[in-house]
Amino acid sequence: MTYPGEHLLPGQIGHFLALLSLASSAVATISYFKSNKAPLPADKDSWLRLARISFFLQSVCVLGVFISLYYIISNHYHEYFYAWNHSSRSLQKEYLLASFWEGQEGSFMLWSFWNMVLGWVFIWRTRKWEAPVMTIVSFAQFCIATMLIGIYFFGVKVGSNPFILFREQMPGLPIFSTPNYLTLPKIFEGNDLNTLLQNYWMVIHPPVLFLGFASTIIPFAFAYSGLVNKDHSWVKSAMPWALFSVAVLGTGVMMGAAWAYESLSFGGYWAWDPVENASLVPWLILVAGLHTNLVYNHSGYSLRSTYLFYILSFSFVLYSTFLTRSGVLGDTSVHAFTGADMTTQLLLFVLVFFLPLLFLFFKNKKNIPTIRKEENMYSREFWMFIGSLVLFLSAIVISSKTSMPVVNKVFGTNIAPPVDVEFGYNQVQIFIAIIIGILTAVTQYLKYKETKPSYFGKKILLPTVLSLILTIAIIIWGNVHYDKHGPGFLAAIYMAIFGAIYGIIGNALYIWTNLKGKLASAGASIAHVGFMLFLLGVLISSSKKETLSMNTTGINIFKKTANEDPAENITLFKNVRTDMGKYHVTYLRDTVNNFDRKKYFELKFEKKDDGETFYLYPDALKNNKGAEGFSANPDKKHYLTKDIFVYVTSWLEGDKADTTAYSPVTMKVGDTVFYSNGMLTLDHVDVNPPSPRVPYHAGETSMQLNMKVITKEGVTYTVKPEIIIQSSNSMENIPDTVLAQSLIVKFNKIIDENKGQLEIGVKESKRMNDLMTLKVYEFPFITLVWLGIILMVIGLIMSAWYRMKKLRRLKN
Amino acid sequence: MKKMHIVALVLIAVAIATLISFMGDVTSYDTIASAKNKPGKHVNLVAELDKSKPLIYDPVKDPNYLKFTAIDTLRNSIDVVYHNSIPTDMQKSERLVLKGYVENGTFECKEILLKCPSKYKDDMNETEKNINSGNGYGNDKNNTAAETKKP
Repeated sequence: MTYPGEHLLPGQIGHFLALLSLASSAVATISYFKSNKAPLPADKDSWLRLARISFFLQSVCVLGVFISLYYIISNHYHEYFYAWNHSSRSLQKEYLLASFWEGQEGSFMLWSFWNMVLGWVFIWRTRKWEAPVMTIVSFAQFCIATMLIGIYFFGVKVGSNPFILFREQMPGLPIFSTPNYLTLPKIFEGNDLNTLLQNYWMVIHPPVLFLGFASTIIPFAFAYSGLVNKDHSWVKSAMPWALFSVAVLGTGVMMGAAWAYESLSFGGYWAWDPVENASLVPWLILVAGLHTNLVYNHSGYSLRSTYLFYILSFSFVLYSTFLTRSGVLGDTSVHAFTGADMTTQLLLFVLVFFLPLLFLFFKNKKNIPTIRKEENMYSREFWMFIGSLVLFLSAIVISSKTSMPVVNKVFGTNIAPPVDVEFGYNQVQIFIAIIIGILTAVTQYLKYKETKPSYFGKKILLPTVLSLILTIAIIIWGNVHYDKHGPGFLAAIYMAIFGAIYGIIGNALYIWTNLKGKLASAGASIAHVGFMLFLLGVLISSSKKETLSMNTTGINIFKKTANEDPAENITLFKNVRTDMGKYHVTYLRDTVNNFDRKKYFELKFEKKDDGETFYLYPDALKNNKGAEGFSANPDKKHYLTKDIFVYVTSWLEGDKADTTAYSPVTMKVGDTVFYSNGMLTLDHVDVNPPSPRVPYHAGETSMQLNMKVITKEGVTYTVKPEIIIQSSNSMENIPDTVLAQSLIVKFNKIIDENKGQLEIGVKESKRMNDLMTLKVYEFPFITLVWLGIILMVIGLIMSAWYRMKKLRRLKN
Repeated sequence: MKKMHIVALVLIAVAIATLISFMGDVTSYDTIASAKNKPGKHVNLVAELDKSKPLIYDPVKDPNYLKFTAIDTLRNSIDVVYHNSIPTDMQKSERLVLKGYVENGTFECKEILLKCPSKYKDDMNETEKNINSGNGYGNDKNNTAAETKKP
């Protein structure tokens, strides 16, 4: 059968280039390897030439594959499954790139793209180490290329082809028996991009994160070079690369956090979710490696640990790929990933890098130079190494906890996360924060090799005193009373706040007192100040996070027990001003925007004490891909010192004009009446019930009807309409509802007291009033989190730049 | 022994102790029957929503009260009370992981994780359903949020 309107050429080109890239990266790997091994310079050069040609060819292929797939997506060629499954015609143009990396294949292509770019920058900058380092880079390209081919070898499917046609992917679908299936609306329109990813952070976060992931390969490859060539002089050249990698990976991870804060209803920027942890762990290890690398450059200590940290950092990047893509995380992650039958391949991807390097490391361990003499206690290297070790152990602890599902799978155990997952992490990491804060403050004032204690004491006095004063001020006036986990944890928070402030002041003063304000060499100090500001922001915004939508509503508040969160949702009716703690909130209106297909809610906030009024527009985007419900996007009011963070948890839309009237029915106890979808029985009447729905005052009489609603499907609900006869003889009527049945029942009056005849009103409204439920949080000082990260990245880039210049001067 | 070795050993010991103490905090995945046998203890129930029983969520009365019945693969069932708003996609989920404990025969749920038919593999079945319904016609993409979020 022929199918009109299909564009088969771009897919054929794309798949051909994918295969060619596999072949050329294999050739590049072998030739780089040979070039590194060859003893004669002439052999070296000829292998190197072949290697570069094949790496060039591979680069062209990677670009070609990238362009082909983007061409298919942007032209909406939905005969390709990838384009159909990840995008739609009505999707905003900006998000087409996000569609590109929504799937496994696209994100692997992104990785491969960055490897290629990094490879060329490396070839251009660092000739001396080209052959061994590029062996590793080319081999990584080869491994990633296998992920994209989708070909069966001996009955085992290798990789997954992004250029597969829809009708090849699902040949069984009846629609493909019609030649013009492309014109069917569901195919024509496309399956759309997951609503959660329709956010500008999703356009920028994955490329940065993957550049971070990809760049960790360079220190790893340097370690490989050192081990196979038994030449340990790479450590100086590796510094700028490691700094760059720390900066980019850190940015990428925090952009993910920013996305979670902006568009997910996690209620925050970090949830210790396995997916987040998996990308944090390699960063922590890389930071550890960066510091031991520096120690070795200055003192000759810690070379072995530098090797180990660099090897582990990239290995953990691969491990994170395995964790997040193989589906092994299953029940523990909110990111519902399911396996694409690539578990074995992904596992091999980790092992093929990790095991040989580990073997090389232990084989050559004896040849790696170390210093026999013990480090001086008053030396920078001693404490820097301890700091690195603490960071590394923190990474191992985080990774072990995250790997629980893997343990369950391997050993067949049945371990589930603890009750409070976040606290499980926080209670350990807070101590890491304290140690790292203090070490960051103190260590800079120590010199390498040896420091006079009197010199050190004199220098450290001012920052210590200042930090103590500031911390005590915060403890007294800062209102940090996070006692949910007891006084011990609160004390730990105070200590961590001290650590962070000590780190900030210590490093900031260091720029002035020791570096005399020379900013060119102050990169490290600036990065430290940034990281400590970030830490302070995390501590304050989390420990002082407040739920504003809590203690309110005229409507039932659920009973608060000792150790549980009280209810955090507030119900708002349209145009009804509702009391919400410090604020009055009114749900004014909602509008559907056709451009970005979101429903916006306009909420008016009026602060009670100073009358400040502002409007917030949280929105909701209807879920797609066969999922019901909607994704809530929060809105925020930013202040310098806090954010008010608001998102919709559910809503109900009423009829435009509710004209249905109550129909009066006379009943007595035991009677049954019918409504359109079932029946109502009156069980008994309670006068002054002990637990009324609406409390009545002394002197008032409350009558509550206990009624049962039995639907045609056999489901039973209870309704308890009520009247309160007030002392002034006026009467308050409190109807009750069965929302699922759109039924409202009210108690009209008593017709005959002696016969027990009552009149009730029954109303079947198609829909009730417009209402929404809302969650509101206050995050104080969240600005510090973002500011700190920006400062840290600036510091790291400055530092990388400074070291690069130094290297160049050394060469000349 | 070097000072550095002592410090390193101490730190590693602390890390191991941390992990061991963590093992004391972990909970377990349970069936409904086994969870009923240890009331008051925090467990993770792996179950699904029993769609033949009522699901009660009425934000007018209480936005923080959800009640439904969960049923597991052994066909045991239990009433679940969740003091929060109803999770999106609840009715659509294939599997629920419920964190909480049994109290007086009902399950006091603290957190619900939904396993929705999603992304890669399971997506295929969902896609087939999606495509087959209405012969591929009846695309309702453009009236997005005009639909009511049904509790």
